[in-house]
Amino acid sequence: MKRNEAPQTAASVRSETTYPRPIRPRYLSTPLATIDPLTAVSAKNSLHRALGLTDGERDRIEELLDRDPNHFELAVFSLLWSEHCGYKHSARLLKRLPSTGLRVLQGPGENAGVLDLGEGEAVAFKVESHNHPSAVEPFQGAATGVGGIVRDVIAMGARPVALLDGLRFGAPKLAFRRAVAGVGAYGNSIGVPTVGGETVFDEAYADNCLVNVMCVGLLPSARVTRARASGAGNLVVLYGATTGRDGIGGASVLASQELGDGSEQKRPSVQIGDPFTGKKLIEASLELVERGLVESLQDLGAAGLASSLAEMARDGAGVDVHLDRVPLREEGLEPWEIMISESQERMVAVVSPPRLPAVEEVCARWELPCTAIGEVTASGQLRALDSGEVVGEIDARLLTDEAPRYEVPRRPRRPRPRRDAVDTPLDARLRNPNGASKRWIYEQYDHLVGSRTVRRPGLDAAILRLRPSCRGLAVSLQGPAPGERDPRRAGITAVLGAARNVACAGGMPIGLTDCLNFGNPERPEIAWELAEAIEGIALAAEALGVPVVSGNVSLYNETDGRPIPPTPVVGCVGLVEDVRRVPGRWRTGDAVLLAEADRDDVEAQAQLVGCLWRWAPTLSLAHDVGGGGLEVALVEAALWSELGATVGELADGCGGAIVACSEAALPRLDGVPLRRIGTAGGDEVLGQRLDELRAAREGGR
Amino acid sequence: MSPVSRPRIAVIVFPGSNDDHDATLALDALGADAVSVWHGEDDLGDVAAVVLPGGFSYGDYLRCGALARFSPALRAVERFAAGGGPVLGICNGFQILCEAGLLPGVLRPNRSLAFVCRDVAVRVEDASTSFTRRCAPGQRLTIPIKHGEGCWFAPPEVVAELETAGRIVLRYADGNPNGSIADAAGVLNEAGNVMGLMPHPEHAVDPLLGSTDGARILGSLVDTARSRAPALV
Repeated sequence: MKRNEAPQTAASVRSETTYPRPIRPRYLSTPLATIDPLTAVSAKNSLHRALGLTDGERDRIEELLDRDPNHFELAVFSLLWSEHCGYKHSARLLKRLPSTGLRVLQGPGENAGVLDLGEGEAVAFKVESHNHPSAVEPFQGAATGVGGIVRDVIAMGARPVALLDGLRFGAPKLAFRRAVAGVGAYGNSIGVPTVGGETVFDEAYADNCLVNVMCVGLLPSARVTRARASGAGNLVVLYGATTGRDGIGGASVLASQELGDGSEQKRPSVQIGDPFTGKKLIEASLELVERGLVESLQDLGAAGLASSLAEMARDGAGVDVHLDRVPLREEGLEPWEIMISESQERMVAVVSPPRLPAVEEVCARWELPCTAIGEVTASGQLRALDSGEVVGEIDARLLTDEAPRYEVPRRPRRPRPRRDAVDTPLDARLRNPNGASKRWIYEQYDHLVGSRTVRRPGLDAAILRLRPSCRGLAVSLQGPAPGERDPRRAGITAVLGAARNVACAGGMPIGLTDCLNFGNPERPEIAWELAEAIEGIALAAEALGVPVVSGNVSLYNETDGRPIPPTPVVGCVGLVEDVRRVPGRWRTGDAVLLAEADRDDVEAQAQLVGCLWRWAPTLSLAHDVGGGGLEVALVEAALWSELGATVGELADGCGGAIVACSEAALPRLDGVPLRRIGTAGGDEVLGQRLDELRAAREGGR
Repeated sequence: MSPVSRPRIAVIVFPGSNDDHDATLALDALGADAVSVWHGEDDLGDVAAVVLPGGFSYGDYLRCGALARFSPALRAVERFAAGGGPVLGICNGFQILCEAGLLPGVLRPNRSLAFVCRDVAVRVEDASTSFTRRCAPGQRLTIPIKHGEGCWFAPPEVVAELETAGRIVLRYADGNPNGSIADAAGVLNEAGNVMGLMPHPEHAVDPLLGSTDGARILGSLVDTARSRAPALV
């Protein structure tokens, strides 16, 4: 779902004094009501509460409509006003993030952010979470996470060219393996390479895993497609998969509530992915865009048609939708079910009537159902009809702009000291699943399809060539180090880590996307964490001078009252001037140096990032010193280079980078403090043979 | 350039094909004129060779390639192969050729039961075929694989027959990544004009992207196509 560019405040939103109050019934007390809300209503459990709306929100809806909402309308409001769609606890905080810049063609508020790459090219990208579905069913949750973010990028008119996934689990056990298999099953099948990401194992995620997926797409800069409907009389065309009961209410039931013992009962709310249809949807959508057959595109994600049509209609246009025209995959769906179904692999397009036959022809060739289900009007109303009868009518702005925006009380929580793993012996750190090679994971993903992957996964950022030129994109996705509990530092280090990774691959960071994974924001400590992390992201992004152009918020990541640690995960896209001149592997005799910056000094860190990508053509190797520490990073650099190094006494170097270059090139490196730590050569590093180190590091699973 | 110097090679596109564009790029770079042929076409047009690309044709929710073999384009490929035309199946293309009965054996799930994407070494067992003429006998090639179902299997008598006839053209050289019988990475039909292989030569033609050893396979196909082209023009 999209962030609102300029969130407004609803007048009667509960103030801080009356907040918090029981927002929703706890899941355990009303398990059936949340799965089948309209049939599980009782005197004690009124419909709006069963749908997840507060009494105050119910009153506000009545006030806005100036009448009682009917059940259809209440169901639509409950989804659009959920945290997942409405960002009601986060919208105000998100305004803090910098989102402008010369390259920004599309900032937050659309399906994905778009940046100008020059030379007529643009990049669209976004990261999105699929945490709760993955906790309930790891394979399908992860697979549909891929499908969903890919459609966001398609909706901008871009061809998806890379996926990155951020996975945080308790341990590399069955649930994790199923999630990896799910990412692969979808990504591999649709022909989009999975080129990077991060994997973190931490007990803190054992009951509430994180599956964050980032998609990067390319498009001509003159062809940015948007979701907004325009032109009264234009047709609203639904194409892709048929509509069923899968994922009914997923947005409110799963994404916006905590998990508990009854989680398995939520299985009916998890969608099932169909990558074959997803692949056809990519090709058909791009053909529609390339041939100029559509005015706008929108994917169907959380809250299905309700959310997509509300987004399309929000800018004063209106939409009439005839729900009886929607192609169904099962009999007897109620209009409200059709309206909010989260069946996957569906898109809506706005099409001018004369172009409908051509649109139908494209979809027919890709064997996708394609139906004109409605019209764009000038009424500003989202009006749903069933066999000609109006079943619901809501001013679209009430669903989006008028969604409640809560100012949540915040209470600082003194973070527990960070657990530093540096005292552990090197061998143990290499064997630890977090320090070990992730090869066994990324080898399960096709990272080559598309013929753009100049640098494959394995070190910092992958590099994609912008064919046919020799320019490229460096892409990375990174969250805080395992054990990080300070939310502001988590935000700062996620941004700087992602940017350093991109810079080490020779990319000038040009844009960021963020996925904010937190606990229940109705708790003051969590609200404080969220605000602090956003502050951290903003500080680091400002220091780098790079905008945050898209993102996603995943709250309520708690299980039985235990929240996950603050986990902002940040994706960075960098522009590589010449993919033939990027750091690769150090060579015998190269000087090995540590480029340092005070890890608590954001400005100095940003300067380091700038130096790294500017030095890139000079360097034989550059490698980010991540949370594992300098020794682990040196081993990684040596194994990547397949060449050892003689190094002297090492101090800790977290937050810096290892660089290598020829002695002759040394004078060209300036701008940040550099410390010579050794010379490349031989088959040992840190007194251990490379083959032994490799064996230790490959044993991580 | 004349059609002879740039022979036309058909790349069949099924819904779910993923490496069709990569194959086209690689063939064009190696001097061919690659043309995409939609799965619904039952006429290949005037082409000198055919490539069945990698991917997940029709989603491969059934056995890999089991649906693609019924497509109209496969009828045309069968006629083309029956007339002696060179046909190369890569990954999903290999699976389709086996399902269609144009090549012996089947591709089963990898022994690891996991998808695997990495560079592998293969040894060229026969450098005289239409698909390996740019290779040296015994040459080791580094080419990436990326598949979940690449474990080639055939009954012992079929394997023995292929071994006798030298039709296991490519063999995994440094460990077998999928459990295939006889370490087979690529096999040839009896007539010698149809080959299937699991490694992706189209992903090993550009030095910017890694190995260029795949150019020896695809380049051989282009040479073969070029030598056939005069008869067709």
